[in-house]
Amino acid sequence: MQSIPEIIRTIPLTNYIMLSSALFCIGILGVLTRRNAIIVFMAIELMLNAVNLLLAAFSSYYSDPSGQIFVFFIMAVAAAEVAVGLAIIVMIYRNIQSIDIGVLNKLKN
Amino acid sequence: MTAIIALSLFGISNLFLGFWFPRKTIQLVTLLFLVVSMALTVSDWNHELLWFGNMFRTTNTSINFSLIIQLAAFFVVAFSKAFGQDDEHTHPAEYYAIMLFSVVGAILMVSFDHMIVLFVGLEILSVAMYVLTGSDKRNLRSNEAAIKYFLMGSFTTGFLLFGITLVYGATRSFYISNIGTILTTTAPESMPSFLFIGVLLIIVGLLFKVSAAPFHFWTPDVYEGAPTIFTMFMSTIVKTASFAALFQLVSGIFGSLYTVWVLPVYFISMLTLVVGNISAVYQQSVKRMLAFSSISHAGYLILTVSSKQISTTSSILYYSLSYTLATVVAFAVLILVSEYQSARVEKPENFSSFEGLAKNNPGLALCFSISMLSLAGIPLTAGFWGKFFIFSDTFSRNIIYPVILAILMSAVGIYYYFKGIIAVYLKAGEIEKIEVPTLFKMALWACTLGTIILGIYPSLVKSVF
Repeated sequence: MQSIPEIIRTIPLTNYIMLSSALFCIGILGVLTRRNAIIVFMAIELMLNAVNLLLAAFSSYYSDPSGQIFVFFIMAVAAAEVAVGLAIIVMIYRNIQSIDIGVLNKLKN
Repeated sequence: MTAIIALSLFGISNLFLGFWFPRKTIQLVTLLFLVVSMALTVSDWNHELLWFGNMFRTTNTSINFSLIIQLAAFFVVAFSKAFGQDDEHTHPAEYYAIMLFSVVGAILMVSFDHMIVLFVGLEILSVAMYVLTGSDKRNLRSNEAAIKYFLMGSFTTGFLLFGITLVYGATRSFYISNIGTILTTTAPESMPSFLFIGVLLIIVGLLFKVSAAPFHFWTPDVYEGAPTIFTMFMSTIVKTASFAALFQLVSGIFGSLYTVWVLPVYFISMLTLVVGNISAVYQQSVKRMLAFSSISHAGYLILTVSSKQISTTSSILYYSLSYTLATVVAFAVLILVSEYQSARVEKPENFSSFEGLAKNNPGLALCFSISMLSLAGIPLTAGFWGKFFIFSDTFSRNIIYPVILAILMSAVGIYYYFKGIIAVYLKAGEIEKIEVPTLFKMALWACTLGTIILGIYPSLVKSVF
Protein backbone atom coordinates (compact mmCIF):
# COMPACT_ATOMS: atom_id res chain seq x y z
CA MET A 1 0.00 0.00 0.00
CA GLN A 2 1.44 3.35 -1.05
CA SER A 3 1.31 6.39 1.17
CA ILE A 4 -0.40 9.51 -0.15
CA PRO A 5 2.80 11.53 -0.76
CA GLU A 6 4.13 8.64 -2.84
CA ILE A 7 0.95 8.60 -4.92
CA ILE A 8 1.27 12.34 -5.43
CA ARG A 9 4.86 11.88 -6.56
CA THR A 10 3.95 9.38 -9.27
CA ILE A 11 2.91 12.36 -11.40
CA PRO A 12 5.80 14.65 -12.42
CA LEU A 13 5.95 18.07 -10.76
CA THR A 14 5.72 19.86 -14.11
CA ASN A 15 2.19 18.54 -14.57
CA TYR A 16 1.07 20.07 -11.28
CA ILE A 17 2.61 23.39 -12.27
CA MET A 18 0.85 23.24 -15.65
CA LEU A 19 -2.50 22.37 -14.07
CA SER A 20 -2.26 25.13 -11.46
CA SER A 21 -1.17 27.70 -14.02
CA ALA A 22 -4.10 26.72 -16.24
CA LEU A 23 -6.56 27.05 -13.34
CA PHE A 24 -4.99 30.37 -12.37
CA CYS A 25 -5.33 31.70 -15.93
CA ILE A 26 -8.96 30.57 -16.09
CA GLY A 27 -9.50 32.51 -12.87
CA ILE A 28 -7.88 35.65 -14.33
CA LEU A 29 -9.99 35.38 -17.49
CA GLY A 30 -13.10 35.01 -15.36
CA VAL A 31 -12.29 38.14 -13.37
CA LEU A 32 -11.58 40.15 -16.50
CA THR A 33 -14.55 39.06 -18.63
CA ARG A 34 -17.48 38.34 -16.31
CA ARG A 35 -19.86 41.11 -15.22
CA ASN A 36 -21.72 39.41 -12.39
CA ALA A 37 -20.07 40.18 -9.04
CA ILE A 38 -20.68 36.67 -7.66
CA ILE A 39 -19.09 35.02 -10.71
CA VAL A 40 -16.09 37.36 -10.48
CA PHE A 41 -15.84 36.36 -6.88
CA MET A 42 -15.88 32.65 -7.77
CA ALA A 43 -13.14 33.27 -10.33
CA ILE A 44 -10.99 34.84 -7.61
CA GLU A 45 -11.59 31.79 -5.40
CA LEU A 46 -10.48 29.63 -8.33
CA MET A 47 -7.21 31.57 -8.47
CA LEU A 48 -6.65 31.01 -4.75
CA ASN A 49 -7.41 27.31 -5.08
CA ALA A 50 -4.93 26.98 -7.92
CA VAL A 51 -2.36 28.36 -5.49
CA ASN A 52 -3.45 25.92 -2.78
CA LEU A 53 -3.12 22.97 -5.13
CA LEU A 54 0.37 23.98 -6.19
CA LEU A 55 1.44 24.56 -2.57
CA ALA A 56 0.22 21.10 -1.57
CA ALA A 57 2.04 19.53 -4.52
CA PHE A 58 5.35 21.29 -3.76
CA SER A 59 4.96 20.49 -0.11
CA SER A 60 4.58 16.75 -0.60
CA TYR A 61 7.32 16.67 -3.23
CA TYR A 62 9.79 18.25 -0.84
CA SER A 63 8.41 16.44 2.26
CA ASP A 64 8.14 19.86 3.88
CA PRO A 65 4.97 20.55 5.88
CA SER A 66 5.26 24.36 5.82
CA GLY A 67 3.64 24.52 2.38
CA GLN A 68 0.54 22.76 3.68
CA ILE A 69 0.43 25.06 6.71
CA PHE A 70 0.37 27.98 4.30
CA VAL A 71 -2.64 26.35 2.59
CA PHE A 72 -4.56 26.50 5.87
CA PHE A 73 -3.71 30.17 6.24
CA ILE A 74 -4.91 30.89 2.72
CA MET A 75 -8.17 29.03 3.36
CA ALA A 76 -8.84 30.85 6.62
CA VAL A 77 -8.05 34.27 5.22
CA ALA A 78 -10.08 33.58 2.06
CA ALA A 79 -13.05 32.70 4.26
CA ALA A 80 -12.71 36.01 6.10
CA GLU A 81 -12.49 37.79 2.77
CA VAL A 82 -15.62 36.03 1.52
CA ALA A 83 -17.54 37.22 4.57
CA VAL A 84 -16.64 40.85 3.89
CA GLY A 85 -17.07 40.52 0.13
CA LEU A 86 -20.54 39.02 0.33
CA ALA A 87 -21.54 41.73 2.80
CA ILE A 88 -20.43 44.37 0.29
CA ILE A 89 -22.38 42.64 -2.50
CA VAL A 90 -25.53 42.44 -0.32
CA MET A 91 -25.14 46.14 0.51
CA ILE A 92 -24.99 47.00 -3.19
CA TYR A 93 -27.94 44.74 -4.01
CA ARG A 94 -30.05 46.55 -1.41
CA ASN A 95 -29.29 49.89 -3.02
CA ILE A 96 -29.59 49.16 -6.73
CA GLN A 97 -31.31 45.72 -6.93
CA SER A 98 -28.54 44.39 -9.14
CA ILE A 99 -25.10 42.85 -8.76
CA ASP A 100 -23.92 43.60 -12.30
CA ILE A 101 -20.62 45.44 -11.86
CA GLY A 102 -21.15 47.14 -15.25
CA VAL A 103 -23.95 49.20 -13.69
CA LEU A 104 -21.52 50.71 -11.22
CA ASN A 105 -19.98 53.52 -13.20
CA LYS A 106 -20.91 56.62 -11.22
CA LEU A 107 -17.29 57.36 -10.39
CA LYS A 108 -15.90 57.13 -13.91
CA ASN A 109 -16.65 60.70 -14.99
CA MET B 1 6.62 43.50 18.85
CA THR B 2 4.52 43.97 21.99
CA ALA B 3 2.90 46.82 20.06
CA ILE B 4 0.97 44.45 17.77
CA ILE B 5 -0.36 42.42 20.69
CA ALA B 6 -1.28 45.62 22.53
CA LEU B 7 -2.97 47.12 19.47
CA SER B 8 -5.05 43.98 18.89
CA LEU B 9 -6.21 44.02 22.52
CA PHE B 10 -6.90 47.76 22.31
CA GLY B 11 -8.99 47.19 19.20
CA ILE B 12 -11.09 44.54 20.93
CA SER B 13 -11.54 46.70 24.04
CA ASN B 14 -12.54 49.61 21.81
CA LEU B 15 -15.47 47.55 20.55
CA PHE B 16 -16.72 47.15 24.12
CA LEU B 17 -16.09 50.78 25.07
CA GLY B 18 -18.57 51.67 22.36
CA PHE B 19 -21.37 50.38 24.58
CA TRP B 20 -20.77 52.88 27.35
CA PHE B 21 -18.96 55.95 26.13
CA PRO B 22 -19.83 58.70 23.66
CA ARG B 23 -17.89 59.23 20.44
CA LYS B 24 -15.65 61.98 21.82
CA THR B 25 -14.35 59.82 24.66
CA ILE B 26 -13.67 56.88 22.35
CA GLN B 27 -11.68 59.14 20.06
CA LEU B 28 -9.49 60.32 22.94
CA VAL B 29 -9.07 56.77 24.23
CA THR B 30 -8.03 55.60 20.76
CA LEU B 31 -5.44 58.38 20.58
CA LEU B 32 -4.13 57.26 23.96
CA PHE B 33 -3.97 53.65 22.72
CA LEU B 34 -1.91 54.74 19.73
CA VAL B 35 0.49 56.72 21.92
CA VAL B 36 0.94 53.66 24.17
CA SER B 37 1.62 51.40 21.20
CA MET B 38 4.12 53.91 19.79
CA ALA B 39 5.93 53.86 23.13
CA LEU B 40 5.94 50.05 23.05
CA THR B 41 7.32 50.13 19.52
CA VAL B 42 10.12 52.46 20.55
CA SER B 43 11.04 50.16 23.45
CA ASP B 44 12.32 47.60 20.90
CA TRP B 45 14.82 50.15 19.55
CA ASN B 46 18.31 48.73 18.95
CA HIS B 47 17.21 45.19 19.86
CA GLU B 48 17.26 43.24 16.66
CA LEU B 49 15.12 40.26 17.59
CA LEU B 50 13.05 37.52 16.02
CA TRP B 51 9.61 36.63 17.35
CA PHE B 52 6.84 34.08 16.77
CA GLY B 53 9.02 31.19 15.59
CA ASN B 54 11.47 33.50 13.77
CA MET B 55 8.67 34.80 11.58
CA PHE B 56 8.66 38.39 12.77
CA ARG B 57 11.76 40.56 12.86
CA THR B 58 12.14 43.89 14.60
CA THR B 59 14.94 46.04 13.23
CA ASN B 60 15.47 49.77 13.53
CA THR B 61 14.18 50.23 9.98
CA SER B 62 11.00 48.29 10.68
CA ILE B 63 10.51 50.23 13.91
CA ASN B 64 10.83 53.50 12.01
CA PHE B 65 8.28 52.36 9.45
CA SER B 66 5.88 51.21 12.20
CA LEU B 67 6.27 54.56 13.92
CA ILE B 68 5.42 56.47 10.74
CA ILE B 69 2.38 54.22 10.26
CA GLN B 70 1.18 54.73 13.82
CA LEU B 71 1.80 58.46 13.61
CA ALA B 72 -0.34 58.58 10.47
CA ALA B 73 -3.05 56.56 12.25
CA PHE B 74 -2.83 58.97 15.18
CA PHE B 75 -3.51 61.95 12.92
CA VAL B 76 -6.29 60.15 11.05
CA VAL B 77 -8.02 59.42 14.36
CA ALA B 78 -7.51 63.03 15.47
CA PHE B 79 -9.09 64.26 12.22
CA SER B 80 -12.04 61.85 12.40
CA LYS B 81 -14.90 64.17 13.10
CA ALA B 82 -17.03 63.30 10.10
CA PHE B 83 -18.66 60.16 11.44
CA GLY B 84 -20.65 59.86 14.60
CA GLN B 85 -22.82 62.94 14.21
CA ASP B 86 -25.78 60.70 13.63
CA ASP B 87 -25.35 57.92 16.16
CA GLU B 88 -28.14 55.76 14.85
CA HIS B 89 -26.46 54.84 11.57
CA THR B 90 -22.78 55.23 12.36
CA HIS B 91 -20.74 53.17 14.73
CA PRO B 92 -17.67 55.19 15.78
CA ALA B 93 -16.32 52.53 18.15
CA GLU B 94 -16.29 49.97 15.36
CA TYR B 95 -14.52 52.34 12.98
CA TYR B 96 -11.81 53.09 15.51
CA ALA B 97 -11.44 49.38 16.29
CA ILE B 98 -11.13 48.47 12.60
CA MET B 99 -8.54 51.22 12.16
CA LEU B 100 -6.49 49.81 15.04
CA PHE B 101 -6.72 46.31 13.55
CA SER B 102 -5.55 47.51 10.17
CA VAL B 103 -2.61 49.25 11.82
CA VAL B 104 -1.67 45.82 13.21
CA GLY B 105 -1.73 44.47 9.66
CA ALA B 106 0.44 47.35 8.47
CA ILE B 107 3.01 46.73 11.22
CA LEU B 108 3.13 43.03 10.30
CA MET B 109 3.80 44.05 6.70
CA VAL B 110 6.80 46.18 7.56
CA SER B 111 8.49 43.68 9.87
CA PHE B 112 7.84 40.27 8.38
CA ASP B 113 10.50 37.59 8.06
CA HIS B 114 8.25 34.87 6.70
CA MET B 115 5.89 34.89 3.73
CA ILE B 116 2.91 33.89 5.88
CA VAL B 117 3.32 37.03 7.99
CA LEU B 118 3.50 39.16 4.84
CA PHE B 119 0.33 37.55 3.48
CA VAL B 120 -1.61 37.69 6.76
CA GLY B 121 -0.53 41.27 7.39
CA LEU B 122 -1.55 42.33 3.91
CA GLU B 123 -4.94 40.69 4.33
CA ILE B 124 -5.58 42.16 7.79
CA LEU B 125 -4.83 45.56 6.35
CA SER B 126 -6.88 45.08 3.17
CA VAL B 127 -9.97 43.39 4.62
CA ALA B 128 -10.22 46.17 7.20
CA MET B 129 -9.92 48.75 4.43
CA TYR B 130 -12.66 47.09 2.33
CA VAL B 131 -15.03 47.51 5.28
CA LEU B 132 -14.03 51.12 5.90
CA THR B 133 -14.28 52.05 2.21
CA GLY B 134 -17.87 50.83 2.10
CA SER B 135 -18.79 52.25 5.50
CA ASP B 136 -21.09 54.90 4.01
CA LYS B 137 -23.70 52.23 3.37
CA ARG B 138 -26.44 54.28 1.71
CA ASN B 139 -24.13 56.16 -0.61
CA LEU B 140 -23.85 54.43 -3.97
CA ARG B 141 -20.44 55.94 -4.67
CA SER B 142 -19.05 54.46 -1.48
CA ASN B 143 -20.60 51.09 -2.40
CA GLU B 144 -19.02 51.20 -5.81
CA ALA B 145 -15.65 52.11 -4.36
CA ALA B 146 -15.89 49.23 -1.89
CA ILE B 147 -16.68 46.58 -4.50
CA LYS B 148 -13.97 47.87 -6.85
CA TYR B 149 -11.40 47.92 -4.07
CA PHE B 150 -12.49 44.51 -2.86
CA LEU B 151 -12.42 42.79 -6.26
CA MET B 152 -9.12 44.39 -7.28
CA GLY B 153 -7.59 43.72 -3.87
CA SER B 154 -8.40 40.03 -3.79
CA PHE B 155 -7.44 39.65 -7.46
CA THR B 156 -4.04 41.09 -6.53
CA THR B 157 -3.69 38.81 -3.54
CA GLY B 158 -4.05 35.92 -5.98
CA PHE B 159 -1.02 37.18 -7.94
CA LEU B 160 1.02 37.69 -4.79
CA LEU B 161 0.18 34.18 -3.54
CA PHE B 162 0.99 32.53 -6.85
CA GLY B 163 4.31 34.34 -6.83
CA ILE B 164 5.07 33.27 -3.26
CA THR B 165 4.21 29.66 -4.18
CA LEU B 166 6.53 29.63 -7.19
CA VAL B 167 9.37 31.12 -5.14
CA TYR B 168 8.69 28.46 -2.50
CA GLY B 169 8.80 25.80 -5.20
CA ALA B 170 12.21 27.02 -6.31
CA THR B 171 13.83 27.68 -2.94
CA ARG B 172 11.91 25.30 -0.62
CA SER B 173 11.53 27.96 2.05
CA PHE B 174 9.16 30.70 3.15
CA TYR B 175 11.72 32.41 5.37
CA ILE B 176 12.94 35.69 3.88
CA SER B 177 16.46 35.23 5.24
CA ASN B 178 16.66 31.63 3.93
CA ILE B 179 15.39 32.62 0.51
CA GLY B 180 17.93 35.45 0.39
CA THR B 181 20.81 33.09 1.22
CA ILE B 182 19.67 30.46 -1.27
CA LEU B 183 19.29 33.01 -4.06
CA THR B 184 22.72 34.54 -3.48
CA THR B 185 24.55 31.22 -3.20
CA THR B 186 22.95 29.49 -6.19
CA ALA B 187 23.76 30.46 -9.75
CA PRO B 188 20.64 31.85 -11.48
CA GLU B 189 21.11 29.37 -14.37
CA SER B 190 20.64 26.38 -12.10
CA MET B 191 17.34 27.75 -10.72
CA PRO B 192 14.09 26.53 -12.25
CA SER B 193 12.68 29.08 -14.68
CA PHE B 194 9.43 29.50 -12.76
CA LEU B 195 11.39 31.25 -10.01
CA PHE B 196 11.65 34.35 -12.21
CA ILE B 197 7.93 34.29 -12.98
CA GLY B 198 7.32 34.02 -9.23
CA VAL B 199 9.52 37.03 -8.46
CA LEU B 200 7.75 39.12 -11.08
CA LEU B 201 4.31 38.04 -9.84
CA ILE B 202 5.18 39.05 -6.26
CA ILE B 203 6.38 42.42 -7.50
CA VAL B 204 3.22 42.89 -9.58
CA GLY B 205 1.06 41.96 -6.60
CA LEU B 206 2.67 44.58 -4.38
CA LEU B 207 2.75 47.21 -7.12
CA PHE B 208 -1.03 46.88 -7.36
CA LYS B 209 -1.21 47.80 -3.68
CA VAL B 210 1.03 50.84 -3.99
CA SER B 211 -1.05 51.75 -7.09
CA ALA B 212 1.75 52.05 -9.62
CA ALA B 213 0.79 52.42 -13.29
CA PRO B 214 -0.34 50.33 -15.19
CA PHE B 215 -1.96 48.79 -12.08
CA HIS B 216 -3.38 52.07 -10.83
CA PHE B 217 -6.80 52.09 -12.57
CA TRP B 218 -8.73 51.34 -9.38
CA THR B 219 -7.06 54.09 -7.33
CA PRO B 220 -8.87 57.29 -8.43
CA ASP B 221 -12.31 55.66 -8.23
CA VAL B 222 -11.71 54.06 -4.85
CA TYR B 223 -10.10 57.16 -3.36
CA GLU B 224 -12.92 59.35 -4.60
CA GLY B 225 -15.75 57.08 -3.51
CA ALA B 226 -14.50 56.25 -0.03
CA PRO B 227 -15.37 58.61 2.85
CA THR B 228 -12.58 61.25 2.91
CA ILE B 229 -11.30 60.25 6.33
CA PHE B 230 -10.67 56.71 5.08
CA THR B 231 -9.14 57.99 1.87
CA MET B 232 -6.66 59.75 4.13
CA PHE B 233 -6.00 56.44 5.87
CA MET B 234 -5.56 54.60 2.57
CA SER B 235 -3.26 57.09 0.92
CA THR B 236 -0.89 57.21 3.87
CA ILE B 237 -0.89 53.94 5.81
CA VAL B 238 -1.67 51.41 3.09
CA LYS B 239 0.82 53.05 0.76
CA THR B 240 3.65 53.23 3.30
CA ALA B 241 3.16 49.65 4.48
CA SER B 242 2.94 48.16 1.00
CA PHE B 243 5.92 50.13 -0.20
CA ALA B 244 7.99 49.06 2.80
CA ALA B 245 7.13 45.42 2.06
CA LEU B 246 7.97 45.85 -1.62
CA PHE B 247 11.25 47.53 -0.83
CA GLN B 248 12.27 44.91 1.70
CA LEU B 249 11.47 42.05 -0.67
CA VAL B 250 12.92 43.46 -3.84
CA SER B 251 16.02 45.12 -2.45
CA GLY B 252 16.58 42.58 0.27
CA ILE B 253 16.05 39.07 -0.96
CA PHE B 254 15.65 39.53 -4.70
CA GLY B 255 18.72 41.81 -4.84
CA SER B 256 20.76 39.05 -6.46
CA LEU B 257 18.18 38.68 -9.24
CA TYR B 258 18.77 42.30 -10.21
CA THR B 259 18.72 41.58 -13.94
CA VAL B 260 15.26 40.01 -13.76
CA TRP B 261 13.38 42.94 -12.29
CA VAL B 262 15.44 46.04 -12.96
CA LEU B 263 13.98 46.88 -16.37
CA PRO B 264 10.31 46.25 -15.49
CA VAL B 265 10.62 48.16 -12.21
CA TYR B 266 12.21 51.26 -13.74
CA PHE B 267 9.81 51.16 -16.66
CA ILE B 268 6.87 51.00 -14.24
CA SER B 269 8.32 53.81 -12.17
CA MET B 270 8.62 56.08 -15.21
CA LEU B 271 5.16 55.15 -16.46
CA THR B 272 3.71 55.85 -13.00
CA LEU B 273 5.34 59.27 -12.90
CA VAL B 274 4.00 60.21 -16.32
CA VAL B 275 0.49 58.82 -15.84
CA GLY B 276 0.07 60.14 -12.29
CA ASN B 277 1.27 63.67 -12.97
CA ILE B 278 -0.30 64.18 -16.38
CA SER B 279 -3.72 62.86 -15.28
CA ALA B 280 -3.66 64.97 -12.13
CA VAL B 281 -3.43 68.11 -14.27
CA TYR B 282 -6.87 67.45 -15.77
CA GLN B 283 -8.76 66.85 -12.52
CA GLN B 284 -11.46 69.22 -11.32
CA SER B 285 -11.98 67.47 -8.00
CA VAL B 286 -9.38 68.01 -5.28
CA LYS B 287 -9.95 64.50 -3.94
CA ARG B 288 -9.30 62.96 -7.34
CA MET B 289 -6.27 65.20 -7.82
CA LEU B 290 -4.89 63.93 -4.50
CA ALA B 291 -5.53 60.36 -5.67
CA PHE B 292 -3.44 60.94 -8.81
CA SER B 293 -0.86 62.76 -6.73
CA SER B 294 -0.56 59.68 -4.54
CA ILE B 295 0.01 57.63 -7.70
CA SER B 296 2.79 59.97 -8.77
CA HIS B 297 4.40 59.84 -5.32
CA ALA B 298 4.44 56.05 -5.66
CA GLY B 299 6.43 56.63 -8.84
CA TYR B 300 9.08 58.66 -6.99
CA LEU B 301 9.34 55.99 -4.30
CA ILE B 302 9.75 53.14 -6.78
CA LEU B 303 12.82 54.92 -8.18
CA THR B 304 14.61 54.00 -4.97
CA VAL B 305 14.01 50.26 -5.29
CA SER B 306 17.39 48.80 -6.03
CA SER B 307 20.11 46.86 -4.31
CA LYS B 308 20.04 47.63 -0.62
CA GLN B 309 21.93 50.60 0.74
CA ILE B 310 21.68 52.20 4.15
CA SER B 311 21.25 55.69 2.74
CA THR B 312 18.36 54.55 0.53
CA THR B 313 16.38 53.24 3.49
CA SER B 314 16.71 56.54 5.28
CA SER B 315 15.61 58.52 2.20
CA ILE B 316 12.53 56.33 1.86
CA LEU B 317 11.67 56.84 5.51
CA TYR B 318 12.13 60.59 5.19
CA TYR B 319 10.02 60.70 2.04
CA SER B 320 7.23 58.63 3.60
CA LEU B 321 7.18 60.86 6.65
CA SER B 322 7.05 64.10 4.67
CA TYR B 323 4.42 62.69 2.30
CA THR B 324 2.30 61.49 5.23
CA LEU B 325 2.40 64.83 7.03
CA ALA B 326 1.48 66.80 3.92
CA THR B 327 -1.25 64.41 2.75
CA VAL B 328 -3.11 64.25 6.06
CA VAL B 329 -3.28 68.06 6.18
CA ALA B 330 -4.54 68.28 2.59
CA PHE B 331 -7.28 65.74 3.28
CA ALA B 332 -8.16 67.32 6.64
CA VAL B 333 -8.77 70.72 5.05
CA LEU B 334 -10.69 68.99 2.26
CA ILE B 335 -12.94 67.37 4.89
CA LEU B 336 -13.73 70.74 6.48
CA VAL B 337 -14.30 72.59 3.23
CA SER B 338 -16.38 69.90 1.56
CA GLU B 339 -18.50 69.53 4.69
CA TYR B 340 -19.13 73.27 4.68
CA GLN B 341 -19.90 73.36 0.96
CA SER B 342 -21.94 70.15 0.76
CA ALA B 343 -25.21 71.98 1.40
CA ARG B 344 -24.28 74.89 -0.86
CA VAL B 345 -22.79 73.56 -4.09
CA GLU B 346 -23.34 70.49 -6.22
CA LYS B 347 -19.77 69.18 -6.16
CA PRO B 348 -18.26 70.13 -2.80
CA GLU B 349 -14.93 68.46 -3.51
CA ASN B 350 -13.98 70.56 -6.55
CA PHE B 351 -11.29 73.23 -6.63
CA SER B 352 -14.05 75.81 -7.06
CA SER B 353 -15.36 75.18 -3.55
CA PHE B 354 -11.98 76.26 -2.12
CA GLU B 355 -12.23 79.69 -3.73
CA GLY B 356 -11.88 82.52 -1.25
CA LEU B 357 -10.97 80.27 1.69
CA ALA B 358 -8.19 82.62 2.81
CA LYS B 359 -10.50 85.57 3.47
CA ASN B 360 -12.23 84.32 6.61
CA ASN B 361 -10.13 81.22 7.41
CA PRO B 362 -6.49 82.35 7.13
CA GLY B 363 -5.26 79.48 9.32
CA LEU B 364 -6.85 76.75 7.22
CA ALA B 365 -5.65 78.40 4.03
CA LEU B 366 -2.09 78.56 5.35
CA CYS B 367 -2.09 74.88 6.40
CA PHE B 368 -3.51 73.83 3.05
CA SER B 369 -0.97 75.90 1.10
CA ILE B 370 1.98 74.57 3.09
CA SER B 371 0.85 71.00 2.52
CA MET B 372 0.48 71.69 -1.22
CA LEU B 373 3.96 73.29 -1.31
CA SER B 374 5.37 70.26 0.48
CA LEU B 375 3.71 67.83 -1.93
CA ALA B 376 5.05 69.89 -4.85
CA GLY B 377 8.55 69.81 -3.35
CA ILE B 378 9.21 73.52 -2.85
CA PRO B 379 12.26 74.34 -0.67
CA LEU B 380 11.78 75.02 3.06
CA THR B 381 9.19 72.25 3.26
CA ALA B 382 9.75 68.60 4.09
CA GLY B 383 8.68 67.50 0.61
CA PHE B 384 11.66 69.27 -0.98
CA TRP B 385 14.18 67.32 1.08
CA GLY B 386 12.26 64.08 0.52
CA LYS B 387 12.53 64.51 -3.23
CA PHE B 388 16.12 65.77 -2.95
CA PHE B 389 17.30 62.71 -1.00
CA ILE B 390 15.56 60.31 -3.36
CA PHE B 391 16.90 61.97 -6.50
CA SER B 392 20.46 62.24 -5.20
CA ASP B 393 20.42 58.60 -4.07
CA THR B 394 19.15 57.41 -7.41
CA PHE B 395 21.57 59.66 -9.25
CA SER B 396 24.52 58.32 -7.29
CA ARG B 397 23.65 54.83 -8.52
CA ASN B 398 24.12 56.06 -12.11
CA ILE B 399 20.46 55.92 -13.02
CA ILE B 400 20.27 59.12 -15.04
CA TYR B 401 17.27 59.18 -17.37
CA PRO B 402 14.57 58.15 -14.87
CA VAL B 403 15.77 60.90 -12.53
CA ILE B 404 15.64 63.51 -15.30
CA LEU B 405 12.10 62.39 -16.10
CA ALA B 406 11.17 62.53 -12.41
CA ILE B 407 12.48 66.10 -12.12
CA LEU B 408 10.50 67.14 -15.20
CA MET B 409 7.40 65.49 -13.80
CA SER B 410 7.74 67.20 -10.44
CA ALA B 411 7.73 70.46 -12.43
CA VAL B 412 4.40 69.35 -13.89
CA GLY B 413 3.30 68.63 -10.32
CA ILE B 414 3.86 72.27 -9.34
CA TYR B 415 1.13 73.27 -11.81
CA TYR B 416 -1.69 71.26 -10.26
CA TYR B 417 -0.67 71.79 -6.64
CA PHE B 418 -0.54 75.54 -7.23
CA LYS B 419 -4.05 75.37 -8.68
CA GLY B 420 -5.18 74.68 -5.11
CA ILE B 421 -3.15 77.57 -3.66
CA ILE B 422 -4.44 79.95 -6.34
CA ALA B 423 -8.03 78.92 -5.61
CA VAL B 424 -7.49 79.55 -1.91
CA TYR B 425 -5.76 82.94 -2.11
CA LEU B 426 -6.44 84.65 -5.42
CA LYS B 427 -9.95 83.64 -6.46
CA ALA B 428 -12.94 85.48 -5.06
CA GLY B 429 -15.49 83.40 -3.22
CA GLU B 430 -17.80 83.42 -0.26
CA ILE B 431 -16.71 81.15 2.58
CA GLU B 432 -17.68 82.09 6.09
CA LYS B 433 -15.64 81.21 9.15
CA ILE B 434 -15.55 77.42 9.46
CA GLU B 435 -15.83 76.05 12.99
CA VAL B 436 -12.88 73.76 13.73
CA PRO B 437 -12.87 71.55 16.85
CA THR B 438 -9.90 72.09 19.17
CA LEU B 439 -8.37 68.64 18.73
CA PHE B 440 -8.69 68.93 14.96
CA LYS B 441 -7.01 72.34 15.01
CA MET B 442 -4.15 71.09 17.18
CA ALA B 443 -3.49 68.12 14.91
CA LEU B 444 -3.62 70.39 11.86
CA TRP B 445 -1.02 72.78 13.26
CA ALA B 446 1.15 69.93 14.53
CA CYS B 447 1.36 68.44 11.02
CA THR B 448 2.01 71.82 9.42
CA LEU B 449 4.72 72.67 11.93
CA GLY B 450 6.22 69.23 11.39
CA THR B 451 6.37 69.87 7.66
CA ILE B 452 8.15 73.19 8.15
CA ILE B 453 10.55 71.98 10.84
CA LEU B 454 11.54 68.99 8.74
CA GLY B 455 11.98 71.37 5.82
CA ILE B 456 14.34 73.66 7.73
CA TYR B 457 16.25 71.04 9.74
CA PRO B 458 16.13 67.81 7.69
CA SER B 459 19.04 66.38 9.71
CA LEU B 460 16.79 66.36 12.79
CA VAL B 461 15.12 63.10 11.77
CA LYS B 462 17.50 62.04 9.02
CA SER B 463 20.08 61.23 11.69
CA VAL B 464 17.60 58.94 13.46
CA PHE B 465 16.64 56.98 10.34
